[in-house]
Amino acid sequence: MYMYDEIDQSLVDERVIQFRDQVNRRMTGELSEDEFKPLRLMNGVYLQLHAYMLRVAIPYGTLSSEQMRKLAWIAKKYDRNYGHFTTRQNLQFNWPKLEDLPDILAELASVQMHALQTSGNCIRNVTADQFAGVAADEVVDPRIYAEIIRQWSTLHPEFTYLPRKFKIAVTGSEIDRAAVRFHDIGLIAKRNGAGELGFEVIIGGGLGRTPFVGPTIRDFLPERHLLSYLEAALRVYNQLGRRDNMYKARIKIQVHETGAETFTEMVEAEWAQIRDTAVDLAAGEKQRIADFFRPPRYRASADAEAQLRLQLRDDRNFARWVETNVAPHKVTGYRIANISLKPIGGIPGDASSEQMDAVAALADRFSFSEIRVTHEQNLVLPHVRADDLYALWQTLKSYDLDTPNLGEISDMIACPGMDYCALANARSIPVAQQISERFADLDRQHNIGELKLKISGCINACGHHHAGHIGILGVDRKGEEYYQITLGGSGAEDASVGDIVGPAFPYDKVVDAVETLVDTYLDIRTDGERFLDTYRRVGKTPFKEALYGTD
Amino acid sequence: MSQQVLSANRLNDGLVVYLVADDTWSEDIEVSEVAGDEGSVNALLTRATQAVSDQKIVDLYLIEVAVVGGEIRPTKYREFIRATGPSVRADLSKQNYVPGADA
Repeated sequence: MYMYDEIDQSLVDERVIQFRDQVNRRMTGELSEDEFKPLRLMNGVYLQLHAYMLRVAIPYGTLSSEQMRKLAWIAKKYDRNYGHFTTRQNLQFNWPKLEDLPDILAELASVQMHALQTSGNCIRNVTADQFAGVAADEVVDPRIYAEIIRQWSTLHPEFTYLPRKFKIAVTGSEIDRAAVRFHDIGLIAKRNGAGELGFEVIIGGGLGRTPFVGPTIRDFLPERHLLSYLEAALRVYNQLGRRDNMYKARIKIQVHETGAETFTEMVEAEWAQIRDTAVDLAAGEKQRIADFFRPPRYRASADAEAQLRLQLRDDRNFARWVETNVAPHKVTGYRIANISLKPIGGIPGDASSEQMDAVAALADRFSFSEIRVTHEQNLVLPHVRADDLYALWQTLKSYDLDTPNLGEISDMIACPGMDYCALANARSIPVAQQISERFADLDRQHNIGELKLKISGCINACGHHHAGHIGILGVDRKGEEYYQITLGGSGAEDASVGDIVGPAFPYDKVVDAVETLVDTYLDIRTDGERFLDTYRRVGKTPFKEALYGTD
Repeated sequence: MSQQVLSANRLNDGLVVYLVADDTWSEDIEVSEVAGDEGSVNALLTRATQAVSDQKIVDLYLIEVAVVGGEIRPTKYREFIRATGPSVRADLSKQNYVPGADA
């Protein structure tokens, strides 16, 4: 894992001192709310529906056990004993007091954490594939580049007041677990014909009220040019982005209106001016950062696989969990263990202090003290020995963290919705809970197979509904909660925006509608087809007819 | 004119509060002062300006309520959730939550 140097540490420490002073000045009235608001937002502090909310950055979703323990401690001491993991791999506390927030930031700084770049029109906290460094299918650990981007973008003076927020995601694999095509910039590491490392550069993707699958503007950017190319793209955006209209201010609108080809030409022209300047890192500095991400000292035992096979044979429930929640690791004898934060009927992404502490202890015991957060609101222990999986699973069970549903219908993304969020038009969480209860039978879920269901409580789409195989968008209709359903979206390497299937459903009918859609799929699927595949083969009609009749 | 109460968030802890007849701010909407005509609504707003300049509250706005059987109920569901707490966490509702009990 990356460890702060003196510059990193003094930056976050100074920020705590500054924010403490700003809070004091706010409390005494020296600063008005209008003056204070942008300052608190630059430190991740929002005022939400019930209280302040603190969004803590978890750069590229990587956490140490020590950091996780600190989050648990903050939840216990300063909040209401839980936190919410978000679709941007961050963590939100829902009830912090303003007067405690400087102390909370100081606690975070003591473990090399902060809340920078979690709000405002800056380059936001960079996200990455949660299997970074361990995926059997990756060409490079994307966290090296995510960290380089973090250092470049943090408090970048030119990009602190962009037309709108700016989100960058990086993956090192062809299998897209980071939804890179739905980011302002998505980067896919790859090798060219000569074996050199570089990136496919995707620009102008996004969700929200105007969803776009981002187009590729460069098929191969040699990795040594990464920062200068990003800087060129940000400059073009910064200069031409629609500051006059917040709904048209994201880069996706600019790319769409300018046309990807012309936009690319503008970026390339800007890049030609700066590509051989000092923006790009020298090889030595890059190596220094890369060294932090060297693999741990794996010590696979010779009979790990044999022992796992025996345990799988002897315990059906364990075998089910391994089948759904455990992924291959690039090192023989190891596995990647996904920890579902979607217990049946639970609140997607929420974890109690006890659960966070438990995961930290399990990371120490089984995963070189390392934890990942996924954009699908789950946790990952990235380096678990095959013969440790059984002991891991047994402990997870006692904390309700063993739900074997990864990628299945109850493993939903849901934004906080109107239960917490000041922007929401409808609730998301209780809809997610009811769907989860309806499909509580794990055999039934397993028979349905991979089904990505995503719920947002408003058009801003924090719940990624456009990218759901089944997407649900909460809307307000004359004070009543209604839910619009979209079909056929995907946030993976086969990215697509879902199609609206028909008129919205009231709160008490939306779960039935989802069940109708699933039953329709089961009736018409062919062997091996996921819900998404069936939808892409047959289109909207059979689903629409099942929901609304043939008239 | 519909009946209204004045809501805000308390500056120091951010919690939702309502203006009470004695010019205090309560987390309990049931004790809030209801205004039913333009004059009393404006009076609520005028009285609240002191609390804003005293750094007691932020983000104040009027919400519509209905008084049913003596109970003050927000007419919009969003405001009902604000008044009672997240609908999915009964343990955190304004009625049930005991500060410090979860620590």
